[in-house]
Amino acid sequence: MSRVRGRGRKLGLIAGMVIILGGFAYLVYGGIGENLVYFLTPTELMERGERAYDAPVRLGGQVAPGTIEWDADALDLRFELTDGTKTLTVHSKGAPPQMFRDGIGVVVEGRLMRSGVFESTNVMVKHSNEYRPPPEGHAPQDLYRSLVREAES
Amino acid sequence: MISTLGFGTLAIAFALSIYGIIAVAVGLRRRRPEFVRSAEMVAYVNFGLLTLANLAMVYALVTHDFSVSYVAQVGSRSTPLFFTVISLWSALEGSILFWGWVLAAYTAAAVYLHRDRPGPLVPCANATLLVIGAFFYMLLIGPANPFGRVWPVPLDGPGPNPLLQNHLLMAVHPPLLYLGYVGMSVPFAFAVGALLSGELDDGWIRMTRRWTIAAWSFLSLAIVAGMWWAYEVLGWGGYWGWDPVENASFMPWLTATAFLHSVMVQERRDMLKVWNLGLIVSTFLLTILGTFLTRSGIVSSVHAFAQGTIGYYFLGFIAIGLIASLALLAGRGEALRSEGALDAVASRETVFLVNNLLLTAFTFTVLLGTLFPIVAEAVRGVKVSVGAPFFNRMTVPLCVALLFLIGVGPALPWRRATADQLRRGLVPPAAAAVLVAGLSVVFGVRAFYTVLAFAFGAFALVANVNEFVTGVRARRRAHGEGVLTALARLVRSNPRRYGGYTAHLGVIAMAIGIAASSTFKEERQATLRVGERLAVPGGFELRFDELWAAEEPRRFVVGADVTVFREGREAGQLAPRLNYYRGTDQPLTTPAVRSRPKQDLYVTLMAFDERDGSSATFLVLVEPLVIWIWIGGGIIGLGAVIALLPRRRRRDATLGPASARFATSGAGEVAG
Repeated sequence: MSRVRGRGRKLGLIAGMVIILGGFAYLVYGGIGENLVYFLTPTELMERGERAYDAPVRLGGQVAPGTIEWDADALDLRFELTDGTKTLTVHSKGAPPQMFRDGIGVVVEGRLMRSGVFESTNVMVKHSNEYRPPPEGHAPQDLYRSLVREAES
Repeated sequence: MISTLGFGTLAIAFALSIYGIIAVAVGLRRRRPEFVRSAEMVAYVNFGLLTLANLAMVYALVTHDFSVSYVAQVGSRSTPLFFTVISLWSALEGSILFWGWVLAAYTAAAVYLHRDRPGPLVPCANATLLVIGAFFYMLLIGPANPFGRVWPVPLDGPGPNPLLQNHLLMAVHPPLLYLGYVGMSVPFAFAVGALLSGELDDGWIRMTRRWTIAAWSFLSLAIVAGMWWAYEVLGWGGYWGWDPVENASFMPWLTATAFLHSVMVQERRDMLKVWNLGLIVSTFLLTILGTFLTRSGIVSSVHAFAQGTIGYYFLGFIAIGLIASLALLAGRGEALRSEGALDAVASRETVFLVNNLLLTAFTFTVLLGTLFPIVAEAVRGVKVSVGAPFFNRMTVPLCVALLFLIGVGPALPWRRATADQLRRGLVPPAAAAVLVAGLSVVFGVRAFYTVLAFAFGAFALVANVNEFVTGVRARRRAHGEGVLTALARLVRSNPRRYGGYTAHLGVIAMAIGIAASSTFKEERQATLRVGERLAVPGGFELRFDELWAAEEPRRFVVGADVTVFREGREAGQLAPRLNYYRGTDQPLTTPAVRSRPKQDLYVTLMAFDERDGSSATFLVLVEPLVIWIWIGGGIIGLGAVIALLPRRRRRDATLGPASARFATSGAGEVAG
C-alpha cells in the first residue's frame, strides 16, 4: 500500500518537475530573446532600418581621425565611428579609456537615437592580447617621460 | 634537452595510461589480479612522470630557455621570478600541463587511499581516471604541446599576459580552479566505476565524500578569488559580469552543490540514485566544457587567450563522455531503482529536492545564456551577446529562493516534521526575517529583491546559528561544559553537519554583500586639477595631489596620489595607477581600494593630461559591504575544512579499529 502510494507520489513529483522545468525553459527562452545584444558595424546597423533605433547594440569600428571632441570638465565625449563605409556620431558621458585616440578600434555599447546619434554607455578600446610593440616613440616611457618623478628617474 | 625530457615523460605517461586502461579491462575479465595491480602502479608512475614534466617546464621558464616553445610564448627576462614561475598556467599549453599534474596527483592519491578495498569498483574508477588522463596527455603531446622546439632561439620573449601579472590573486585563482575542476574527476570516476562494476549501492558516494567536499571547496574558493581579482584589476568596481568564462567556473559549482546535498538523501533514504549519478556526470562534463570555453578561444573574453584546433578535441571528449555515461546509466536502469520514498512534504528531503530543482534550473539558465551566442554565431552567422540583464532577471529570484531554503533545510528533520518541530524551527528565523524586512523598508530600501535578500538572509542566518545554539545548550545541560568546549565538541561530534552550516553562513555573508553592493553602489566621475577636491557619497572627499610616473623593469607606471578625507578629516592615501606592460600599448587599470567592513571606496585613474600631468580623470565608487563577499568566501572555506575533519566518536564508544575505520572512511557520517 505505502509502496503504491510512494510510486504515485513519485509520478506526481516527476510531473511537477517537468511542468516547472518546462515553464522555466519558456521563460529563459523569452528572456534571451529580449536581452540579445547584437554586435554590429555601422553599415550593418543602418541596414536594420527601423529596428536599428533604440535597441541595445554593441557597435564596432574605428575612431575617425580628427573627430574627437572631449570636454574633460563636463566629461562629455563625442566622436565619429566608422567602418570605412558608413559613419555614425557617438556621444557618451564619461571618460574614454586612456588608450582612446584617432584611428583606434573601439567597441561602444548603447543605442542609436532617433536624432541619428549613437548614445553610448560604455566605450571600450578593442582588446588585443597579441604581442604588439608600440610604434617608435609611442611607448609610454617615451610619451610620458616628463611625468617620471625626479627622485626615481 | 628540456624539450626532449618533457615531451618524453608526457609520451610515456600517455602510453602507460592506455596500457593501464587495457590492463584493468583484461585483468577484471580474465581474473588476473596482477594486471589490475599493474594499472595501480601506472597511476603512481604517471604522477612521478607528470611531476617531472612540470618541474622541467618550471626549470625552462626560470632559466629563460627560449628554445622551448611555451617559454618563448610566455617568458620574458624582465618578468620577476615569482610571475615567471606562475606563468606555468598563464596560457593554454602550460595550463593543460599543470592540469595533467593535478589529475595525476588526484589519481595516484585516490587509488592509494582505496587500494585495500576489495572488488572491481576501485580498478574501474582508476581506469576511468586513466582515460581522462590519456585525453589530457594526448593534448600535451599533440595540439597543446608545451615542449615544442623553437629555432632560431629568440633572445627574449613577450612575457605572460599582463592581466596575469598585475595582481597576486592570479597566483591563487588558477591553481584553486584546477584543484576544484580536476577534483570533480574523482567522484565522477567512482560513479562511472560503480556503473561499470555494478556496485551500485552508495559505496562510491561514501568513498568519495571527502573528495567531493574538497573539490567543491577548491572550486568555491577559486570562484571567490576570481571575483576578487576582477574587482581589484578590471577597474569598473564590479566582481561578476556573467562573462562566459566566469559562467564556465560557476556551472559545475552549481551542480556540485546540488550533488553535495542530494547525496545525503541517498545515504539517508536510499532515493535519487540515478539523479546523483546524473549530477556528478554533469558536473564533470561541465568542468570539461568550462576548460573548452576558457581555453579554445571560442568566446572572446578577457580569459580566452588561445585559439586553435584544440576545441575539437574537447568537443569530441565531451560528446564521448556524455554518450558513454548515458549508455552506462541506461544499461543499469533496472538496478538503480530507488528503495526509499518521500514520507511527507514537510521534511528535509523535500527541501533538498527543491534545492536541487532550483540549482538545476540555475545551471540550465546559465548554460543557455552562455552557449546561445556561440550557437547563434555558428548557425546564423550573427555575432550576439546575451546581456547581463538576462542573467540577473532569471537568476536573482533563484538566488533569493535558495537563500530561503538555506534557512528552511536545517530547521526541518528527516522524514516528517511535526507541527511542533516546524514551529520551533521556523518561528524564530521568520520573526527575524519580518523584522529585517520591516527595517529595510523603513530605512528606505525600495528594491524588491534586495529587501527579500536581506529578509531571507536574516532568516537563514538565524536558522543556521540556531542549530549551533541549540546543540551547545544541550551539551552544556548534559555535560556541564563551557560554551567554547561545548561548541568544539559539538562540531567534532558531526563535522560534516556543522561544517555544512558554517558554509551556509559564508553563503549568507556573500549574498548580503552582493545584494547590498549591487543595489547601493554609488558612482562619481570627474576630471580634477592638481589640488582640486571632489566630494563623493558616504561622507568622503578626495584631493588629487600629484600625477607621477615610474619606470619598472617589466612595466611603466603612471599613478595619481590622492588624499582621502572622511567627514572633513584626513583618512589616508590612495594611489590608483595605470600599468603599461611591455609589448602592449594598452594600460591596465589598477584601482586603489580602501576596504572597510561598512563600505569600500574604490578609485580608478581613467585618464590623465598627457603633456604635464596637471589634471586627471577619476572614477570613484562607493560600494557598501563588498568586503563581506570575500569574508563569506573565507567562511565557506572554513566550513569545508570543518566538514573534512574526522568525526570524533563519543568516549564511551568502542575505541580501536572501529573508530579508525570511521576516521578514514567517514562512514556513518550523515548530516541530520
